[in-house]
Amino acid sequence: MDRNSRINWINRLILPALNVLSAFTATAIIFILIDVDPIEATQILLYGAFGYQEGFGYTLYYATNFIFTGLAVAVAFHAGLFNIGGEGQAYIGGLGTAIVILLLDPNTSPWIFIPGSIIGGLLFGALWALIPAYLQAYRGSHIVITTIMFNFLASSLMVYLLVNVLRETGQMQPESQLFSENSWLPFIHNIVAKFGFSLEESPLNVSIFIALLFSLLIWIFIWHTRWGYAIRATGLNSTAAIYAGIKPKRIIILSMCISGSLAGLVGINELVGYQHRLIMDFHFGYGFGGIAVALMGRNHPIGIIIAALLFGVLYQGGAELAFELSNISRDIVVVMQALIILFCGALQYMYSPWIIRTFAPIEKEDS
Amino acid sequence: MEESKYAIELVDIDKRFGPVYANNKVCLKVETGSVHGIIGENGAGKSTLMSILYGFYKADSGNIKVFGNKLQFNDSHQAIKSGIGMVHQHFMLVDNFTVIENVILGSEGGSLLHEGLKSARDELTRLGKEYGLKVDLDATIESLSVGSQQRVEILKALYKGAKILILDEPTGVLTPQETQDLFRIFTALKKEGVTIILITHKLHEIISITDNVSVMRGGKMVAHRQTSKTNREDLAELMVGRKVLLQVSKDEKIRGEVLLKVSNLSVRDSNNIDRLNDISFEIHAGEIVGIAGVSGNGQSTLLKVLSGITPVSSGTIEILGHKMDADNLIYPDQLRELGLAHVPEDRQRMGLIGNFTASETSIIGYHNDKRINDKLILNNSKVRENCKNLMSDFDVRPGNPDLRSDNFSGGNQQKLIVAREFERDPKILLIGQPTRGVDIGAIEFIHKRIIALRDSGRAVLLVSVELEEIMSISDRIVVLCDGQVSGRIDSKDADEKTLGMMMANVFSKEDNLEALSG
Amino acid sequence: MNDFFLTIILTLDATIRVSTPLILASMAGLFSERSGVVDIGLEGKMLASAFIAASAATVFGSPWIGLLAGILASCSLSMLHGFATITHRGDQIVSGVAINIFAAGMSIILGLAWFQQGGLTPTLTSDQRFLSLSLPGVDLFNNIPVIGTIYRELFSGHNLIVYLAFLIVPFIWWVVYRTRFGLQLRAVGENPKAVDTAGLSVNMLRYKALLVGGLLCGIAGAYLSIAHNAQFTRDMTAGQGFIALAALIFGKWKPYTVLSACLLFGFLDALAVRLQGVVIPGFGEIPVQLIEATPYLLTVILLAGFIGRAIPPKSVGQPYIKER
Repeated sequence: MDRNSRINWINRLILPALNVLSAFTATAIIFILIDVDPIEATQILLYGAFGYQEGFGYTLYYATNFIFTGLAVAVAFHAGLFNIGGEGQAYIGGLGTAIVILLLDPNTSPWIFIPGSIIGGLLFGALWALIPAYLQAYRGSHIVITTIMFNFLASSLMVYLLVNVLRETGQMQPESQLFSENSWLPFIHNIVAKFGFSLEESPLNVSIFIALLFSLLIWIFIWHTRWGYAIRATGLNSTAAIYAGIKPKRIIILSMCISGSLAGLVGINELVGYQHRLIMDFHFGYGFGGIAVALMGRNHPIGIIIAALLFGVLYQGGAELAFELSNISRDIVVVMQALIILFCGALQYMYSPWIIRTFAPIEKEDS
Repeated sequence: MEESKYAIELVDIDKRFGPVYANNKVCLKVETGSVHGIIGENGAGKSTLMSILYGFYKADSGNIKVFGNKLQFNDSHQAIKSGIGMVHQHFMLVDNFTVIENVILGSEGGSLLHEGLKSARDELTRLGKEYGLKVDLDATIESLSVGSQQRVEILKALYKGAKILILDEPTGVLTPQETQDLFRIFTALKKEGVTIILITHKLHEIISITDNVSVMRGGKMVAHRQTSKTNREDLAELMVGRKVLLQVSKDEKIRGEVLLKVSNLSVRDSNNIDRLNDISFEIHAGEIVGIAGVSGNGQSTLLKVLSGITPVSSGTIEILGHKMDADNLIYPDQLRELGLAHVPEDRQRMGLIGNFTASETSIIGYHNDKRINDKLILNNSKVRENCKNLMSDFDVRPGNPDLRSDNFSGGNQQKLIVAREFERDPKILLIGQPTRGVDIGAIEFIHKRIIALRDSGRAVLLVSVELEEIMSISDRIVVLCDGQVSGRIDSKDADEKTLGMMMANVFSKEDNLEALSG
Repeated sequence: MNDFFLTIILTLDATIRVSTPLILASMAGLFSERSGVVDIGLEGKMLASAFIAASAATVFGSPWIGLLAGILASCSLSMLHGFATITHRGDQIVSGVAINIFAAGMSIILGLAWFQQGGLTPTLTSDQRFLSLSLPGVDLFNNIPVIGTIYRELFSGHNLIVYLAFLIVPFIWWVVYRTRFGLQLRAVGENPKAVDTAGLSVNMLRYKALLVGGLLCGIAGAYLSIAHNAQFTRDMTAGQGFIALAALIFGKWKPYTVLSACLLFGFLDALAVRLQGVVIPGFGEIPVQLIEATPYLLTVILLAGFIGRAIPPKSVGQPYIKER
C-alpha cells in the first residue's frame, strides 16, 4: 500500500473511529466522576434501547428526528456552510405542517393530508433557512450568526403563536387543537398488527421510512446529480466553482433551502406521527443534535443513519438510565453530544499528525 | 561585537514540506555591508530560505551563523534580536493601524503605549531623514500607496535595529519610479553599513544593484558569483538549468477570421483601481497571441474577464460573435458552451479541487454537459470512463481516475486540466502559465498540443511570465504594463531586450530609460 | 405622574441589573474576537460558571470562593476552546457549539450528582452571595426630590458585580487602546502574520485573550447564580450569552458601543417584563415576545447592512496556519 492510500485509510476510518472512541472514553470518565459504574450504565442504556420492543421503538423514533436534522446539517456542510439554525427550522417546519393540517377539512383523505403536511414542513423549514441564506448571499451577513438569531426568533414567534393564535379555546396549555385523525401517520405497531403480528406500542411511526427515503434522495442528489456536484465544488473550493461557472449565491440559497426543509421534517415524526397536535418545544435539541450526527456520520447519509441510530440509542437508553439510577439524568446524552461534536468536529485532526507519522511516515526516497 | 567578515553564514540548510524539499543542503555566505542578490525561478526555494533565516520557518537541519555567532532560531523574535529585518513579498502590516502603530508592534518599549509611541516618533523621524524614507507616521496603512507601505516595512525593520535587511521580491509591486527610489534607499543603507539581501527573479536588478549573487534552482544553491564577473546570460542559464527553451517548430499559417475581439476594455476592482485600462486587441483563427508582462500588470485580470469570471467595467469583448460588456454579462459556463476553454493560471486554487477525484476534476466547468447527464442524473461511470481516456491521451500519470486530485504531481495535474479544456475542441483557448512548475517533458507536450490546436484553426491567448515561452509559441505578442498595452510586436521580430523594454513601458516614458539601462 | 416617574426609574434599575451579565459576557467576547477567535461559547461558559459558582458558594459558604470557582470553570472551557481552535486549528464555531451543549448537560449531571435536587443547587443564604450595597449618602440625598429617588433606586442598592461591570468598561477601553497587550490583541485579530513576523507568538496572544474572556465570562456567570439570584437553575443563562454576542456585533467590537448595545438590549428585556399583560387602549396587548425578540432582530438587520455595517476583525474565524 502506498503512502497516499494509507493516508486515505487513516482519514476515512482510523481517525473517525479514534475520535468517537475518545468521546466515549470521556463520557466513561464522567460516569466515574459522578460515581456511576460505566459498565453498568452501558448495560442499562443498551437494555433500555434494545432490550424490549417498546424501548427499541422509542430508539428508532428518536433516530428518525436525528436523521432529518443530520441530513440538514450535512447538506449545508457540503456547500461549505454551517447551518446552526436547525433548531429554528425544525420548529417552524412543524408550524408549516400544523398549519396545513389545521387548515384542511378534517374529513380530507389521508392521501392529501400526508403529502400536504410533508410539503408544509418542507416549505416552512426552507423558508426559515432562506432568509439567512439570502442575507448571506446578497447582503454579506454571516450565516452562523444569522441562523443563531433565527433560532431565537423562531422560538419567540412560536410562543406568541401558540399562546395567542393557535391555542385551543378554553385550554390553558399552549397547544393547538388535536389534528384530524385522517392526518395521522400510522404507527408501526398498528401496521404490523394488520398483518397479524403484534408489537408493543411505541411512538415509532412510518416517518422513519420517510427519513430513510430522504437519506436515499440526498445521497443521489449530492453524489449523482449536477446540482450536488455544484454544491460540493463550491464547498470544497469556491474559486474553482466560480471558474466553472457555478454561481455561489445560488448555491447558498439552494443548499440552505434544502437543509432547512430537511430540518423542517422533524415535525412530521413528532407531530403528525406521535403528538397529533402542535406543541411547544417539540423540536428541542434535535437541531443541535443534528450537528453531532452530521459530524460523526461524516456528512454521508449512511454515516448519518448510523450516527442517528446511535443518538436514538443514547436518547432512549438515557431515559432508562435516568429511570434506573437516581444520580443521573437524561442530560448525560446532551453531554455525550457535546463530546462527540468536540472530538469528531473541533478536534477531528488532533490525532492526525501523530497517526500519520506512525503509520504513514514520509519515505526517504520521496524527494 | 567584533566585526565579522560575513554577516550571514548558512550551512547545509534542509527544509521539507511534506515529502517535498523546499531547501536541500543549502549553503550561503553574505559579506557584511554588501548587497547580496539571490536569484532563481518561482519555487526555487528562495523565499523559504529567507523565512528560515528570519526564524519564521524552522529548518529541519543545518546551521545558521549571524555575524559569526552560531544561532538557533525558534521564532522571528530571536532573528530580530540578532539584527535581521525582513521585508516580505506580501507586506506584514495591519491595514487599519497607523504607520507608527505598525512600526512599534512587537517592540513597544513597555506595557503602556504612551512612552513607546513618543520615543518611536523621534527615532522614526530621524531614520526617515537619514535614509530618505518619507512617510506620514499617522496615516493608516490602507490609505498609503504600495510604495509607501514598503517604506513602512523598511522603517519597521530599521527601527527594530536591523543590521541585515532581507527584501523578498521588493520590486514586483512597484512602479519604475518607486523602484528607483528603493534603489536609492539601498545605497543610503549600504553607506551606513547595513547588509542587504535582495531576493528576485529579475536579472537586470541583480546586475544593476548587487555586489554578489547566489543562484538557486529546485531547492538547491547552484552557484555563487561576484556580480562584476558575471552577466545576464550566464545567470539566466544557471537559473533555468537548461539551454533555454527548445524552439518549437511551427508552420506559418494563414490567419482566419477574427474570433475574439477586445475593444477599449477596462476593468476596475472593488477598490476602484484600474486593473485593465483601455485595452484593445483581436485574435484570429489559427493564431496564438502571447500576453507578456511583469507578473501583476493585469494579465490575471485579463484572463478572468475574458473567461467571464470578472465583469467588464467598460468597453466590449466580442467572443465568437457574442458581445460582452458592462451590461451584458456572459457567465463562464455559457462561454464554455459557446466554445471557449480556459486553462487558469493558478491550477491549485482555480483549476482543480484537491478533494475531488481526478474523474470529478475532469468535468469542472462541464458538469452541465448533456453528454454526461441523463436528464436528472449525472452519469458518473461515463465521466469516469471519459477521464480514463483523457488520462491516456494526455499521458496523465498515474492513470487512475479515482485518485484524489491533490495526490497527483504538479505536472500531471496540469496535464489533466489541459486535457479537460482541450477535450471539447474549443474554438478559443485562454491559457495562463501553462508550464509553471511543470517538468520539461510535460512542457514540450503541452506546447505541442497548443500549437496543434492553433494549426487546426483555433484562436489561442497565451499568458505567461516566461518570455522564452511567449516568444517561441506565439505568433504575435501584446505586452501589458500597469493594466495598459505597452507594446505590440510580431514574435519573429521580438527579442528579450525589446520585450523587456516594452514590459517596463520604456517606449512611452523616456525618463524611465535609465532605470532599465542596467 | 409620580408613579410614572417611579416606573421609569424602576425599569431603568432593572435595565442595569439585566445588562450586567450582558456587559461582562460581551466584553469577554470582545477580547476573544478581537484576537481572531469567534466565541459563540459565551453562553456555555456563563452557564458553567453560574453552576460552579453556586455550588462552590454552597459548599464553602463564601461568595468569593464561589466567584473564583466560577471563573476557574469558565476559564477551563476557554482553554478547551483554545486547545481545539488555536492548537489544533479546529473549527471555532463547532468548538463553541460543543462548549455550549457540554455546559448545558454537564451542569445538570453534576448538580444532580452533588446535590440530588433535580439539577438545582441549594438556595444560597445571604452570607453565601453578593448582596446589594447601599451607597454612602443615600439618606443624605433621600430628601431631595427626583435626585434622591434616582440616587436611591438607580445608583444605590446594587451588588458588587454590577458596579464592577460598569467600571470595567472604561478599563477595558484603556487596555485595548492604550496598552501593549491591546495593540497586539488588535493586531492579531486583523493580521496574525504581521504579529508573527514581528516576533510575537500568535498562539500565545490568542490564548491570553481567551483567558481574559474566560475571566470576564466567569464573573458574568457567577453574577447570575450568586448575586442576581440565589441558586443555580437549569439553563439559567437562557440565551443571554447569545444576546451578549449580538451586542458585541451590534457594538461593532468597540467597548463603549458594545456597552450601549448591552444597555439597549437590557432595557428591552426590562421593558418586556414590565409590559407583560399590559393592554394599550386601541392597540391591545403588546406581544412581549416581539420585544424579547428585538435584540435578535436588530442584530440581523444590522448584519445585513440595512443600518450601518458591522465589520468584524479581519482574521476572525480563521485558524492561523503558518506554513504556506
